Amino acid sequence: MQMPVPDPRILSQKDALVSALAAVLPGDAVISDPAETRAYECDALTAYRCPPMLAVLPSTTEEVAAVLRVCHRFGVPVVPRGSGTSLAGGALPTADCVILGVARMTAVLERSYEDRFIRVQTGRTNLSVTGEVEADGFFYAPDPSSQLACAIAGNIAMNSGGAHCLKYGVTTNNLLGVTMVTMEGEVLSIGGPYLDAGGLDLLGVICGSEGQLGVVTEAVLRILPKPEGARPVLMGFDNNEVAGACVRDIIEAGVLPVAIEFMDRPCIEATEAFAGAGYPDCEALLIVEVEGSDAEIAEQLEVITAIARRHNPVELRESRSADESARIWLGRKSAFGAMGQINDYMCLDGTIPVSELPVVLKRMSALSDQYGLKVANVFHAGDGNLHPLILFDANKDGDLETCEEMGAEILRLCVEVGGCLTGEHGVGVEKRDLMGHQYAPADLEAQMAVKDVFDPKWLLNPAKVFPLDTSVTRRG
Amino acid sequence: MARPESEAELADLIRAANAPLSVQGGNTRGMAGAGQALDTTGLHGIRLYEPGALTLVAGAGTPLSEIDTILGEKGQRLAFEPMDHRPLLGTTGVPTIGGVAAANVSGPRRVQAGAARDHMLGVRFVTGAGDLVKNGGRVMKNVTGYDLVKLMAGSHGTLGVLSEVSLKVQAVPQAEATLVLRGQDMAEAVADLTRAMGTPFDVSGAAWLSPDATGGTGERLIRIEGMAGSVSYRAGRLRDLLGADTVVEGEESATLWRRVRDVTPFAGKAGAVWRVSTRPTAAAGFCDALRAQGLTHAVVADWSGGLLWLLTEETGDAGADLIRGQCAALGGHATLIRGNTALRAAVPVFQPQPAPLERIAAGLRVRFDPKGIFNPGLMGPGLMGPGPTGSGLKEGAA
Repeated sequence: MQMPVPDPRILSQKDALVSALAAVLPGDAVISDPAETRAYECDALTAYRCPPMLAVLPSTTEEVAAVLRVCHRFGVPVVPRGSGTSLAGGALPTADCVILGVARMTAVLERSYEDRFIRVQTGRTNLSVTGEVEADGFFYAPDPSSQLACAIAGNIAMNSGGAHCLKYGVTTNNLLGVTMVTMEGEVLSIGGPYLDAGGLDLLGVICGSEGQLGVVTEAVLRILPKPEGARPVLMGFDNNEVAGACVRDIIEAGVLPVAIEFMDRPCIEATEAFAGAGYPDCEALLIVEVEGSDAEIAEQLEVITAIARRHNPVELRESRSADESARIWLGRKSAFGAMGQINDYMCLDGTIPVSELPVVLKRMSALSDQYGLKVANVFHAGDGNLHPLILFDANKDGDLETCEEMGAEILRLCVEVGGCLTGEHGVGVEKRDLMGHQYAPADLEAQMAVKDVFDPKWLLNPAKVFPLDTSVTRRG
Repeated sequence: MARPESEAELADLIRAANAPLSVQGGNTRGMAGAGQALDTTGLHGIRLYEPGALTLVAGAGTPLSEIDTILGEKGQRLAFEPMDHRPLLGTTGVPTIGGVAAANVSGPRRVQAGAARDHMLGVRFVTGAGDLVKNGGRVMKNVTGYDLVKLMAGSHGTLGVLSEVSLKVQAVPQAEATLVLRGQDMAEAVADLTRAMGTPFDVSGAAWLSPDATGGTGERLIRIEGMAGSVSYRAGRLRDLLGADTVVEGEESATLWRRVRDVTPFAGKAGAVWRVSTRPTAAAGFCDALRAQGLTHAVVADWSGGLLWLLTEETGDAGADLIRGQCAALGGHATLIRGNTALRAAVPVFQPQPAPLERIAAGLRVRFDPKGIFNPGLMGPGLMGPGPTGSGLKEGAA
């Protein structure tokens, strides 16, 4: 992974920068000892590491603004960081950067059940937002798998999704407003506890901009009343195509499950060995979950199981209790852990039109043979968001490189069939150099023009999203 | 009048243009400004429809009715329930999907299903420099690069001319029902509506029509949709909780909501029409404050009070200062949807944003429309007016 050469002019100013930052922050909020800055050398994409020059941990929007004013004056790149759970290297430092972590900004500032919103500082974790309102029957819908750890700041930067976005949408659909500080240190307030912020939809372009337009310090989030109940049904099929057709028929029938999860044979076998959830021995497995009162659930499951039966499932298991529901979800939820148990793996998240599922799975299996690396698939089938896990051995010379090559091949395949490189993880550094496969130069130019307006000197989260050669004239 | 029939023709036309263009679809929403009309209806046709993937891709100039028809044949629809502005504005054109996207037009179901922008999966558009740009695609989840789809939604043609839109669609539910309760005042009704939105009963419409709007008594409407058994269950639960004079179903219910969607109570009535987005719990106080300051008005409240349609007298500024002052104080913004030429010349159509946001918006306009030719002035001035030709996107790069 190519990264820009650290700027010696910036590195030589480290001491002056530390003093300037110490003047605007509490003493323990500036981290400059190399032994401590090492803690920020990577995010969840651990293959790439680089300790930052400094890290700061402000506690308020004002402190963030003060930090950014200082960094802007010094011309120092800033890498915003939530909880560091990015799978795409979205928070990977450069050696000459300041990491701006929002981990101390966890306050709940305001909430209203009548207006269905909560306003929080963005260092708060995703799950703890729900934790704050669930006793009163509400929840925050986007539910990335890392929700116990990941911060709202990162969710907004990456426009995070989750298993239930088929019904509830992703972060951008549940974000009503932000307080954001620009690289120049100006505090912007956009939107609020009402629908559709005024003027141009800046909120829409900020969400998913990977921390390159500003540092979001506060967010107004939509909260929703919890459904009365939820129940899954598990179905096994003897080939992927039939499972894909079943997904299509369920969607076409007009029932809207909250989740449709798909696992292929390699994944089923690995999770069975790991978690023993009692999954059937089959090629493809679907977990379909619906919500509502008991009677409503029964009404929906009747339609869904009737469709499944038309596709001759090898197994059809409707949950009748909380315990059975937990067992059905057990394997799915331990899939990543199971994979980690047997191998190192790389997790991709290319998205494809649902109709292309059988073709893509077939070609992926051919790629697996060609590269000699196993692929297991577990993904959100309702929305075509794949999660191929490529298994490799980090201790074997060249295996990571082979894995990366194969991953790139799979993502190009996603684009070729009308999909995209990433459905919810983001581009970061991981998919940066593949952007040219999805977008023509004019497409990237238009995106970079947005950054020009928000961050004219291109100091925020450098070397992410855009291939280095396309952004070189802007980065100075 | 220019009517390109392909993206290439559209790009050529824009590259050659050096005077303002009034970008229009069916011109039914009353936003067209001065300049040569750029008619996008030649960019029409359904490019792709996959009912099993809930996806439809269409040329921007495709009539909305054509999309409704093809979706209807498969039992599907656009979930965001776009308003038809013709009854309210007395316009006669044919609404296009590009117009809906460019104006981010949503209806009553926005409160449950999201806005037009939430259902837009991808766009193709031509910038003011004549460059064809695509963003997003046709898949449900896509975080590949910046989301210019959202930026284009609601930009009213000021950043680019849409040539193609890709949309997420929804199955039409088996059944719908609406609880109707008459005689409440606004504060009582909005309290009920916000409570309804906080139940697990998945309310897809929550509106109140004032006595001034109905010509009779106030009407509180709560809609639920879904499978037949589920609708009847939830209607029962909501009726127990919040009361109802009647529960109407099927086409009768749908008719009620078309009236809310299109604000037909104000159709054919003289006056300016404002569209205000605010906090639902602030809605009743918002209207009280206007009345206390002498601004008489009629109200249709949608989105459980979060969307206020106000009919005011078309004298002076038609209440602009008072309404926008309330928005600034309580949170929200007001758009002038209907007003005569004099009023529109005196009052900005969109609520001016705080200076830092206006600066960003102007910066975006300068880069996406460097010649300042797309609906100039509609959403605020550019940084410097008409500028040099060339690739604006690259200007200002370090």
